[in-house]
Amino acid sequence: MNKFHVIATSVALAAAFTTSAYAGARFDAIKAKGFVQCGVSTGLPGFSMADDKGSWSGLDVDVCRAAAAAMFGDASKVKYSPLTAKERFTALQSGEIDILSRNTTWTLTRDSSLGLNFAGVNYYDGQGFMVTKKLGVKSALELDGASFCIQAGTTTELNLADYFRANKMSYTPITYDSSDETAKAFDAGRCDALTSDQSQLYALRIKLGNPDGAVVLPEIISKEPLGPVVAQGDDEWFNLVKWSLYAMLNAEELGITSANVDEMKSSKDPNVLRLLGAEGIKGKGLGVADEWAYSIVKQVGNYGEAFERNVGMGSPLKIARGQNALWNKGGIQYAPPIR
Amino acid sequence: MSIHTPHPDLPPPVTSVGAIGWLRNNLFSSPLNTAFTLFALYLLYETVPPLIDWAFISANWSGDTREVCDANPSGACWAFVRVRFDQFMYGFYPESEYWRINLAIGLLVALMVPLFIQKFTRKGLLAAFILIAYPIIALQLFAGGNFGLESVETSKWGGLTLTLILSAVGIVASLPLGIVLALGRRSNMPIVKSVSVVFIEFWRGVPLITVLFMASVMLPLFLPEGTHFDKLLRAMIGIALFQSAYMAEVVRGGLQAIPKGQYEAAEALGLSYWKSMGLIILPQALKMVIPGIVNTFIALFKDTTLVLIIGLFDLLAMIQTAFNDTNWLGFSIEGYVFAALIFWVFCFSMSRYSQALERKLHTGHAR
Repeated sequence: MNKFHVIATSVALAAAFTTSAYAGARFDAIKAKGFVQCGVSTGLPGFSMADDKGSWSGLDVDVCRAAAAAMFGDASKVKYSPLTAKERFTALQSGEIDILSRNTTWTLTRDSSLGLNFAGVNYYDGQGFMVTKKLGVKSALELDGASFCIQAGTTTELNLADYFRANKMSYTPITYDSSDETAKAFDAGRCDALTSDQSQLYALRIKLGNPDGAVVLPEIISKEPLGPVVAQGDDEWFNLVKWSLYAMLNAEELGITSANVDEMKSSKDPNVLRLLGAEGIKGKGLGVADEWAYSIVKQVGNYGEAFERNVGMGSPLKIARGQNALWNKGGIQYAPPIR
Repeated sequence: MSIHTPHPDLPPPVTSVGAIGWLRNNLFSSPLNTAFTLFALYLLYETVPPLIDWAFISANWSGDTREVCDANPSGACWAFVRVRFDQFMYGFYPESEYWRINLAIGLLVALMVPLFIQKFTRKGLLAAFILIAYPIIALQLFAGGNFGLESVETSKWGGLTLTLILSAVGIVASLPLGIVLALGRRSNMPIVKSVSVVFIEFWRGVPLITVLFMASVMLPLFLPEGTHFDKLLRAMIGIALFQSAYMAEVVRGGLQAIPKGQYEAAEALGLSYWKSMGLIILPQALKMVIPGIVNTFIALFKDTTLVLIIGLFDLLAMIQTAFNDTNWLGFSIEGYVFAALIFWVFCFSMSRYSQALERKLHTGHAR
């Protein structure tokens, strides 16, 4: 991956030259221009997609909307820049966008060498398997000797090789150029199983001739924590994005939804009151209105609502919460307390 | 005395004229041809009726949701294209402002019509107006911001509109630039010549995708932070420079095909360089390379789909975005067929127009 190194190096070099801005410059600039410029994908089912009216929705989009709600008290003050995987980091680095919320995996290399800060994890993804129900397989460990449809040139291929070598099993890879083709091939019975990131598997499943005839196995063989990213050099803005996400998670934990948030204002629970800006540090630390978290929950909803609406049971994808459930409900989504 | 009247000619045998004769001559002239014909007929029988059935007879035309199409999976789901049609045409442009795009395109068509009318005499003036004043009017309409029009930033331009804007800019900019470069490459002046050669060879040596990628990804890194240089403008400049190099080589082919006597005759008449080029050499050279020029235009039109890699949504990118709408997952074939149809219509019209132009200008060798 020589090309990647060249790009990464130039991005890092550019970062070294350009991050001389004092803390808070970005924050003030966003406040002055009156909207958040949000980098999203060019279309990923459930995460960022444009409907037939051209308005964007999705789990990644909701992060930007939450940040706008916290900043301006209005979740609609977001402008979207659809980005391809190749140009996403440059767009952030050159200041073209304020947040990158584009199913970006948090890795050491990216966090340390590109001049970026990951502001949390809004979706824990991981590579999984989809098989036909007829195969009668309940676990990936029963897939010895199976053939797999894979998208070529992705880390998926490497993860699969690692997993099978670690478990001393054999497999036949059948590679295709696009994820669409893998789904078509799987549908036509060219392979026993389809492997890709789990969120992707659910989207591909809908494209099958008979979606109910396929199941996604529970095993996850790689870690893909996806989250919003901001450029280094403005900790105030970094904090705001980070805590916008945490506010959504805390709201779910405290049972505050967009429907009951007004009633909750008269709650006796000090945790709820602190979140909704009636007690405690309020908006002072972040430099925004006291009602910042109230605006997020009221306009965007809590994390659970956003999840169900975009990728969960309320959407055609029907992804189970799994790892993305709250820490006290069997998942690993955990937010520091607001106090 | 009887006068000999020749027997009237017998009609040719039924089997050698009319439909039967044509069939015998063209389709069943030998056992091998007969076998090929039968095989081709079999292939057509296997492919065409199911295709027509899929695309027209069983197709789902109405409905606003995928339920209609799910209920009848054997036909094409044109409802998907219908629901998204506006977006395919206008991209993310605000719906209330569509009239501006329609007006700009309508205006262009209205201005172009007189150019095709033989009797209209002031074609030069009108063409100059289209080339100089019209782009300014169109830019005002598309971008807005003045005259009480709402400002629409270029990131919202998309769909077929963007494809047309990009290719129009590319075509209009690359032809004159290409001619200048071609003349420069054949010039006797060493600096002009070497600059042209280096320019042409550099731009021809890199793929368009690299040019776009550099313009979009690398360029911002060299600019100070916060300087915004419109992404669409960057793409337009990249495409125009790239295509002008190809255009230059096409035009150079025409220049080289002009016999030396023409150059010498022009000189003998005492014409200056520009006059001899403008009045004698270029009119002949350009006429000769019309197929090459149009070929480049068609390639340019199709190449505009590459702008997706820098996050601009041309027609194809808009269609691919629609595939990712969770409400309409799985209708990619319909989308691609629609895209192919639109592209074919445009490319085929360009090709037909160039053929008509060739016939009209074919005067040189006719006596």
